[in-house]
Amino acid sequence: MIDVAVVAFTQRQEAAISGESEVEFMVPLMEQAKASVGLTQSDMGFTCSGSSDFLAGQAFSFVMTIDGTGPVPPISESHVEQDGAWALYEAWVKIQCGGIDTAFVYSYGKSSPGSVRDVLATQMDPYYVCPLWPDSYAIEALAARLMLEGGHVSESRLAEIAARSRASAASNPHAVRSDPKSVADILAEDYAIDPLRPSDLPAEADGGCAVVLATGDRARELCERPAWIRGMDHRGDAHTLGVRDLTSSASARLAAHHAGVAGDKIDLAELYGPFTTSEHLLIEALDLDEDSTAVNPSGGALAAHTMMASGLIRIGEAASRIWRGDGDRAVAHATSGPCLQQNMVCVLEGD
Amino acid sequence: MSSEVLQAPLVLEYPFTRSTGPVIGAFLTGLRDGVICGIRRADGTVLCAPQEYDPLTAEPLTELVEVGQAGEVLTWAWNGDPRPMQPFDRPFAWALIRLDGADTSMLHAVFAPSAAEMSTGMRVRVVWRTEREGHIADIAGFEPIPAGEAA
Repeated sequence: MIDVAVVAFTQRQEAAISGESEVEFMVPLMEQAKASVGLTQSDMGFTCSGSSDFLAGQAFSFVMTIDGTGPVPPISESHVEQDGAWALYEAWVKIQCGGIDTAFVYSYGKSSPGSVRDVLATQMDPYYVCPLWPDSYAIEALAARLMLEGGHVSESRLAEIAARSRASAASNPHAVRSDPKSVADILAEDYAIDPLRPSDLPAEADGGCAVVLATGDRARELCERPAWIRGMDHRGDAHTLGVRDLTSSASARLAAHHAGVAGDKIDLAELYGPFTTSEHLLIEALDLDEDSTAVNPSGGALAAHTMMASGLIRIGEAASRIWRGDGDRAVAHATSGPCLQQNMVCVLEGD
Repeated sequence: MSSEVLQAPLVLEYPFTRSTGPVIGAFLTGLRDGVICGIRRADGTVLCAPQEYDPLTAEPLTELVEVGQAGEVLTWAWNGDPRPMQPFDRPFAWALIRLDGADTSMLHAVFAPSAAEMSTGMRVRVVWRTEREGHIADIAGFEPIPAGEAA
């Protein structure tokens, strides 16, 4: 196995980025990430991106953003119609194939022009579910009721997760929901979609992020304390909601097992839980001890939820804490699909 | 190098037709005729709505069986803000409904007057659209079965 580390990360998240196209706001982010380690596009062995035509409202929308990387002379690149965490996985596999020592990964999403909770109906079964246009918050509310009525979680536990995210987000300049709120005040909120309250829902944002990967000695040249990827795995549950247990996350548990989460202590975890209910299930699936592991020190997706980027941002947030020495061993998680259908787990370590 | 330029006619077309296949197609055709089908899995349980492959084991499935037109609400969420494309123009509940004779649930709408009328475990029955065309929306939704009334 070739040692690969995250050596650079930039992000931008705002409630709505108006007046700038995806390419316009991604070019400076991409340039900053590369410049922060003294590289240019021509230094990159491979480039991989993640974005969604369903958000952009245009076929092959990612091609214009590739132009924004400055792909001259021609570059080796790929794209996933998925969160950028999966683009990073493809880049990691590409590096394992040999012959390159750097890779550039970026992803972005601008959901403010539409109603993202309704757009996400298009990820459901195209014959049985999508034609009814259930929104993504309603779908999660179905799982939330199963969890609450089945005694798997309490409303106060969900409010504690929401309050923790708001408190942690206060020190995150990229958070869009960071005003402090007590558990009691959260429990006093009217339901947004019964049984979920506004604070249980993701804080929708526009934005993107960029990451540079490097191998072995190259990573040590570029970064004082590289965040080494020690294990990475992704798994999926059935697409059909009615055939799986929505009160646990079997695929997150499996991915955590294969990524080696349990091998040693975890100082911090950046989990892509769009809802308080999803964060609760992930803490259980990854078997995290909240007394010894800082869960979502950035505030997580409850503080800023940028479709297509929130998973890659979790990896970047975890890696940057390793660079700064805030922890030695971290876990980053990404999800995709309704009710945590697909899950990726990545273990990062400093030397 | 030859100076001859290769020429060929170009006709822009979309030369595919999309079929819903033997299982989803049978389910949708059944809806047109007012019948709801599930499909039997290797362990004897019935999957409804039916799939061509077992979602857990990937085994191909072929044995279609008719299921009931009433069932139980396994979980629900109140939709106080219905959108134009959704099944009902007034507030309604989304629910996972396990039909009688089936072992799994499917998503649809329940037409209840308010969230107070909804509860997990309640019995509901199908409301058919009058004009049906072989589409999931041939089921207009489900309505609560009043207590004491037979399904």
